[in-house]
Amino acid sequence: MDKFTNHTGVAMPLKRSNVDTDQIIPAVYLKRVTRTGFEDGLFAAWRNDREFIMNRPEYAEASVLVAGPDFGTGSSREHAVWALQNYGFKVVISSRFADIFRGNSGKAGLLSAQVDEAVVEGLWAYLEANPGAEVSVDLESRSIKAGQGDDAIDATFVIDDYTRWRLLNGLDDIGITLSHEADIDAFEAKRPAYKPVTQ
Amino acid sequence: MGKTLAEKVWDEHVVRSTEGEPDLLYIDLHLIHEVTSPQAFDGLRMSQRKVRRPDLTLATEDHNVPTLDWDKPIADPVSRTQVDTLRKNAADFGVRLHPLGDVEQGIVHVVGPQLGLTQPGMTIVCGDSHTSTHGAFGAIAFGIGTSEVEHVLATQTLPQQKPKTMAVTVNGSLPEGVTAKDLVLTLITHTGTGGGQGYIVEYRGQAIEELSMEGRMTVCNMSIEWGAKAGLIAPDQTTFDYIEGKPEAPKGADWDAAVAYWKTLVTDADATFDKEIVLDASTMTPFVTWGTNPGQGVQLGGNVPSPADFSDPVDQIACEKALEYMGLQAGTPMREIKVDTVFVGSCTNGRIEDLRLAAEVIKGHKVADQTRLLVVPGSVRVRLQAEAEGLDQIFIAAGAEWRGAGCSMCLGMNPDQLAPGERSASTSNRNFEGRQGKGGRTHLVSIPVAAATAVRGTLSSPADL
Repeated sequence: MDKFTNHTGVAMPLKRSNVDTDQIIPAVYLKRVTRTGFEDGLFAAWRNDREFIMNRPEYAEASVLVAGPDFGTGSSREHAVWALQNYGFKVVISSRFADIFRGNSGKAGLLSAQVDEAVVEGLWAYLEANPGAEVSVDLESRSIKAGQGDDAIDATFVIDDYTRWRLLNGLDDIGITLSHEADIDAFEAKRPAYKPVTQ
Repeated sequence: MGKTLAEKVWDEHVVRSTEGEPDLLYIDLHLIHEVTSPQAFDGLRMSQRKVRRPDLTLATEDHNVPTLDWDKPIADPVSRTQVDTLRKNAADFGVRLHPLGDVEQGIVHVVGPQLGLTQPGMTIVCGDSHTSTHGAFGAIAFGIGTSEVEHVLATQTLPQQKPKTMAVTVNGSLPEGVTAKDLVLTLITHTGTGGGQGYIVEYRGQAIEELSMEGRMTVCNMSIEWGAKAGLIAPDQTTFDYIEGKPEAPKGADWDAAVAYWKTLVTDADATFDKEIVLDASTMTPFVTWGTNPGQGVQLGGNVPSPADFSDPVDQIACEKALEYMGLQAGTPMREIKVDTVFVGSCTNGRIEDLRLAAEVIKGHKVADQTRLLVVPGSVRVRLQAEAEGLDQIFIAAGAEWRGAGCSMCLGMNPDQLAPGERSASTSNRNFEGRQGKGGRTHLVSIPVAAATAVRGTLSSPADL
């Protein structure tokens, strides 16, 4: 996994709540056996609408998504994270993330930055007034910055310490766990005999 | 101070606990299917790792498999590649697989319990959010992403932050004709789709205790639809009776030891929950969804709501968008909504008890002229049991389509899909935009409502027949 320290990029407002994983990538796009190539499925149904915000030229290079509450609800498909990443998104900002989506994004290196709903509203207003504007996200200081002068937005976001540490260092979870293999061996040695096995 | 059921099971599985880090949790059973596992096995190959415990791992084919012509090669080449990839991975890494055509094939959350592999006090994961189903047995069971699938394959553990605990107490008894599905749909409309986020939920109270294992699985299955990490129910005699004699259930002295342990899996009297919700089952009625998330529901006897009925502006916008997508007018009685397709099946309502109940309602009736009824058993075992009981003949005589086992129209990865604009009454778990096919419109319903709707062609309950 690549390290994530900070990112500045075009931010796209997605003014919807409950953006579920079936909207992020419909099931028919889940048949690939690789981790790449899912960008075509990203928001596939909504992209058919020429007015959908992602189809506007000023968001062609968007890499920060600013969405309504309960982002990533529904299915456990990590393909939703991959589709966002394959398309070019590095950060999703929302006031509430579904647990599995948040976990998946932390494992795959997409930053899920949780903010107060007022920050989302503020960013939406700023981005509507300044289509194609950039937003800066810094993981070290857990901060989000946009604009200048009186209208400037300077907010903090929430992310748990452990995920932040892993993202900052680009660490592979499995490698960390395998360094505790002796603990796993010891645990297995005392598992009760009646626990079921598949073979 | 005492512990809740969830805390007991969690604490029993902690391999390693350190301040400032998530707990490292041991996983008793890892279930696998074709859609969320290929990249995980690829990751193992790239790192030259093996599956640590193939004997705690089970694979089945369910998400994209056809429910017609299942004895022939899969027609869609991309689906076939995905299934072939699972078969190769299972063979290469020594994982037991129940492929299409095998008598134990079916939806992963139907197969685990019917094999007796799902038992109280276990930790169970799968790359599928409806893994919460297995919580019905008093297990901690939750869905994981593909990176976590790889992690469990390699280490048989998962680093997990310990969730908060919540109790949902459902007092009283469900009235006649009101099911576990109506109970959980009522709950989700009460809490919203995010109400359970960060919690492991214990369902308890008289109405929960009175449910069969199938009904308990329906409730726990939909825990994820209100955002809960997992949902579980304390095991009792109903649980033990269901497990006893299943192929992988403990036998002899092991059975006695297991039951003795399972009986300790209750929330202590002096334990406290971080949050509690109390509901009254006796006032519940058949419940259906009108919108595009499972929290947008209403009593079958009610009307399609209007954005003005909601106080929160976010809910108002969500209602407006949902009505537009669903092609519904505010104020329309739910019972007047005409349905094109009725889907009976899925890990929510695709077990034998569900099919018996559907057949009981539909027996002696015909599916309405403009309506199609698709009945998809959750597993091959469920299909064979239903056929042994003659249920298939009741469905076929009524004009329904009797299919092979799989996830089918719940998520429309296989050819079982809604056409754009087509409206369904579905016993599955998600009414998201396009979930059952691009442009498809889904109403989530219980088994009796699905069967009655198939007969009348409009959203109905058996009382309307």
